Amino acid sequence: MSPSGTSPPPCGEGLGEGVSRQRNEHSDGSRPPPQPLPAKGRGYAEHPSVSADPWSELRLLTPARLALGRAGAALPTAEVLAFGLAHAQARDAVHTPLDVEALATQLQADGWPEPLLVHSRAADRAAYLARPDWGRRLSEDSLLSLPAAAPADLVLVIADGLSATAVQRHAVPLLRALRPWLTGLRLAPPVIALQARVALADEVGERLGAALAVSLIGERPGLSSPDSLGIYLTWAPRLGHHDAERNCISNVRPEGLGYVEAARQLAALIHQARAMRCSGLRLRGDATALPPPG
Amino acid sequence: MPLQARIGVRSYRFRDLKELLAKASPMRSGDALAGLAAINAEERMAARLCLAELPLRTLLDHPLIPYESDEVTRLIADGHDATAFAPLSALTVGGFRDWLLAGSGETVSAAAPGITPEMAAAVSKLMRNQDLIAVACKLGVTTRFRNSIGLPGRISVRLQPNHPTDDLRGIAASVLDGLLYGVGDACIGINPASDELGRLGPLWRMLDELIRRYEIPTQSCVLAHVTRQIEAIEAGLPLDLVFQSIGGTEALNASFGISLSLLREAHEAAQSLRRGTVGENCMYFETGQGAALSANAHHGVDQQTCETRAYAVARAFDPLLVNTVVGFIGPEYLYDGKQIIRAGLEDHFCGKLLGLPMGVDVCYTNHAEADQDDMDSLLTLLAAAGCSFVMGVPGADDVMLNYQSTSHHDALYLRETLGHRRAPEFEDWLLKMGLLDAQGRLVSNPLVSRSLLQALPELSS
Repeated sequence: MSPSGTSPPPCGEGLGEGVSRQRNEHSDGSRPPPQPLPAKGRGYAEHPSVSADPWSELRLLTPARLALGRAGAALPTAEVLAFGLAHAQARDAVHTPLDVEALATQLQADGWPEPLLVHSRAADRAAYLARPDWGRRLSEDSLLSLPAAAPADLVLVIADGLSATAVQRHAVPLLRALRPWLTGLRLAPPVIALQARVALADEVGERLGAALAVSLIGERPGLSSPDSLGIYLTWAPRLGHHDAERNCISNVRPEGLGYVEAARQLAALIHQARAMRCSGLRLRGDATALPPPG
Repeated sequence: MPLQARIGVRSYRFRDLKELLAKASPMRSGDALAGLAAINAEERMAARLCLAELPLRTLLDHPLIPYESDEVTRLIADGHDATAFAPLSALTVGGFRDWLLAGSGETVSAAAPGITPEMAAAVSKLMRNQDLIAVACKLGVTTRFRNSIGLPGRISVRLQPNHPTDDLRGIAASVLDGLLYGVGDACIGINPASDELGRLGPLWRMLDELIRRYEIPTQSCVLAHVTRQIEAIEAGLPLDLVFQSIGGTEALNASFGISLSLLREAHEAAQSLRRGTVGENCMYFETGQGAALSANAHHGVDQQTCETRAYAVARAFDPLLVNTVVGFIGPEYLYDGKQIIRAGLEDHFCGKLLGLPMGVDVCYTNHAEADQDDMDSLLTLLAAAGCSFVMGVPGADDVMLNYQSTSHHDALYLRETLGHRRAPEFEDWLLKMGLLDAQGRLVSNPLVSRSLLQALPELSS
């Protein structure tokens, strides 16, 4: 959750989740603005019942949906459909299941070890949405299926979260960009987690004996961004961590924070977390202090 | 008295008032998440049957959260007006519902200081959506700063010109879009992405310059944390309204980094500026069901009752605007359109019953089972209920907070279809600017839009 008032967690797993819309820290300051809507002004001037707004030049200044014109009091047909399409894509991103086989194949083709597959206690998407507490805990079967703890520096948890679309599109290229920075680290096998919230990585990391857990997780889809990937980093993962004990990098996607820059920021956080043996508000993720990859 | 109800051969018992209220609540995912909801439909009705027989007084005499440990409870108890309560003192909760529906608006409004949040929440649980609308509609609450909000037959709109990086020109562009659509009489209110005073200052200055230059009868607000706003006032920045998110328990407010004394300090600071022209209501509050549970600050009280307690905090500061952000929190608290619609009507009713200028952010997120049709339904129902104000977001898509609210077009729909007018001072200004015709209909005026566009670089420099 992202309560306002005191110091909020670095990020909420659904940006803006929580009732208060106040922000007291520029928690996602690295987030570039969403791209301008691609299909503005789809020829509604052709419709005689539509009056265009003579201030369409303002659209260049903000990604907001300005100067949409109107048919009577209402949105023109083209704008109703554009909005409907954006919502449909966001809804599909929430409800489309992760294609585990495709993801695992891609990871192995990229040279990662065979991933482990785990499932949260939320049996399906409906349960997942209604019970965030279930999404934070491993199912009994998954818990038993995980191998015994073996010392590892890092475990990567690839979790569907609220947008499997984001994970499907961006997890593999992001990890490819990250890989050079991980040389010399003892890696646990990567874990693919289904119906998972951010905190599921706590139990996974604890069980596998990893010093650090990094989860890549689909963020709550926005109307203009159905495929934002979030990255969360937790030192000494174990049950019961607070969100303030994590670090977050948000809006990873080509139109937002690109793979290379996201990988650099993540590498800096990993480096600092290992040096300071902690995560959360004390880490600054200063990429200038990062040694070169290799 | 024992809290129980018998249905046929089955007997239902309720441990305490908290359990009774929670189980009487219409189904919502947040109460299920908290483990407070009724186990089935019959138990829910049993709780309502029992609640209907409960003397209203019991809710006054037995606080849900102890007086000693919660300053919101103390505020409610210490501020209770026994004289205003006298006409209600012999009623049961069920009788209270009948009294609300039968009485005149004046009679009900006069009792407001005697009604506690728990009474309002309790009676709402026995009311259908129609009842929530019928009673709220009778209750006139008018507040003033630079215009008059809440007059009969009128609904105002907060212009919400957010931008993901607080870019001044981007925000100014959205403000112009709203003004040209005749939106912005509740306030022009920015949710900033930043919390640094250095970055917030230009936002206040820009809105102040705009409002002064064009003599717009409205008020500005930058929805930063209240401590930041107090600092801004001390730094001499031109603040109109002071904003804060508030909750119904001391623990929730602590999680927001506030207390009643901090709010008092902020209220005094805002009043000291004397920037209102037609009134002195200078606070803007936001609330929303589920916040208390999300901060683990609910004390086993159901989310709708927690929400209503927040209105006791609000009314201690004579706010200009109180806004329940009803669908923002997500499906684990309000699962779908049905739950969001019900919660919006409950919050509006309970706020009005306690005497507040209640507005609603009619909204949803993409992981809730809701869509534009649900928002149209809630917006229409709220207009029928006499809601004080709603949001105006360009194209309904808030590109900073990533959720969908109501749009400038939605406001036009209310005006043209239901005949709801803007605040009178703002309506006069739009007429003077040539943006409304004599029938009060929005006109596209290229001269005005051109002049505003030309002023934009200067305003946002």
